[in-house]
Amino acid sequence: MQDFRQSFSHAAQLIADLDPTLIEIVLLSLKVSLTATLLACVIGMPLGALLATRRFFGKWLVSVVLNTLMGMPPVVLGLLFYMVLSASGPLGWLQLLYTPGAMIIVQTFLVLPIVTALTKQIIEDAWSEYQPLLQSLRVGKWGSAQTLLWDMRTSLLTVALAGFARAISEVGAVIVVGGNINHLTRVMTTAIALETSKGELALALALGMILLLIALTVNALVFSTRQRVTV
Amino acid sequence: MNDARQNPLLPLELKSVALTIGGRPLLSGLNLKVTTPGVTTILGHNGAGKSLLLRLLHGLGTADTGTITWGRQSVAATAVKARQAMVFQQPILLRRSVAANLDYVLQLPHARPILSRKQLLNLASLSAVASQPARTLSGGEQQRLAFVRALATGPDIMFLDEPTANLDPDATQWIEDLIKNARAKSIKIFLVTHDIGQARRLSQDVIFLNKGRIEEHTDAASFFHRPKSAYSQQFVNGVLPASPQSAQ
Repeated sequence: MQDFRQSFSHAAQLIADLDPTLIEIVLLSLKVSLTATLLACVIGMPLGALLATRRFFGKWLVSVVLNTLMGMPPVVLGLLFYMVLSASGPLGWLQLLYTPGAMIIVQTFLVLPIVTALTKQIIEDAWSEYQPLLQSLRVGKWGSAQTLLWDMRTSLLTVALAGFARAISEVGAVIVVGGNINHLTRVMTTAIALETSKGELALALALGMILLLIALTVNALVFSTRQRVTV
Repeated sequence: MNDARQNPLLPLELKSVALTIGGRPLLSGLNLKVTTPGVTTILGHNGAGKSLLLRLLHGLGTADTGTITWGRQSVAATAVKARQAMVFQQPILLRRSVAANLDYVLQLPHARPILSRKQLLNLASLSAVASQPARTLSGGEQQRLAFVRALATGPDIMFLDEPTANLDPDATQWIEDLIKNARAKSIKIFLVTHDIGQARRLSQDVIFLNKGRIEEHTDAASFFHRPKSAYSQQFVNGVLPASPQSAQ
């Protein structure tokens, strides 16, 4: 119990002192996960809107695959990208393995199915309502997609936040392609895993507290935006 | 633009139009010519095909057979669609402010606005709520907004699909005033309604549908005073059709 209290006290001290190692890890985590979420939104939201508003052969299969990929274990995705980015892999020449770039790529693909599938669902619901109006006004497919994305922007913000929460909290993918290298690819979740295995609970706890704080902030934002989605 | 020569989309002609969905013929053998300005009301019981016909006339669906022409141009022609607008039974409003709903239509590349945003807001008496989210308006206000938004495209033809079905008498009066205003601007109106009183008040001519077929197309005075078929007479007199249960 004494150790437990000491660890919490030390962790709080690290946060209060803005410990440089702690800050470095937090900033890298935010940089990687925010960039990945942004990329996933830029690709996934228009893609989701198009999937929702267009009819094509195999649409059902695409939806099933997307929903399946939402539950993809991060460590499996990490393994796939490890093979693709390793020296003997098809993209080995990019020399991205064990860099923040590789972590951004793998998290982008981790978040992409979530953003695309949730966007598709939201836009499908809105499309079934807007379709007669937009067809009557002769708004084209791209114009319709733009209109729907804009009008559903508050709901889509919650999608982006859900994607970010997925990215910032995962450990399996970034540890495989990032390698958890000190001062280079160490992020909050991988640092927590490492420090815990070493028995250095203070830094792990401090990072855990910050991670929880971020999760709390994201959920508060999701909740407050949902409250505003009334019109 | 008070007669067929002046409205570029008149006459409307239907030749042998039919539509079957799921093996069920919903519209069949429709032949029609509409040349009159003003309000043409489409009447009939539920399932008669009124709203379906309205959608075909607006090009929102395609008939299996037959042709629909507006001023001798195909219903699918871009020039035709650009001059038409529709108001739905349930107003479909964008998740934006009242003013932004109007701006959206006014800024469409093919819009030919004849009224400014301010004039449209005044026409619908919505100036005071211009910045309010459209979906927070009352049902009557929402339908007024939907009406003037359709008007914002500068149409020659307006399709109104039971625009007052869910409204109280005051709100209905508002919409009827807007219809009269549009009619006075030489806009040809096709109105679907279940309200016979409304049809009497507004119509120049009536298309009466029965089970997907045109039972009667005549001027309003003739239809309401001397309906030709027994079925039309029953409808005008408010006689309920025999229920399937009693038939059994």
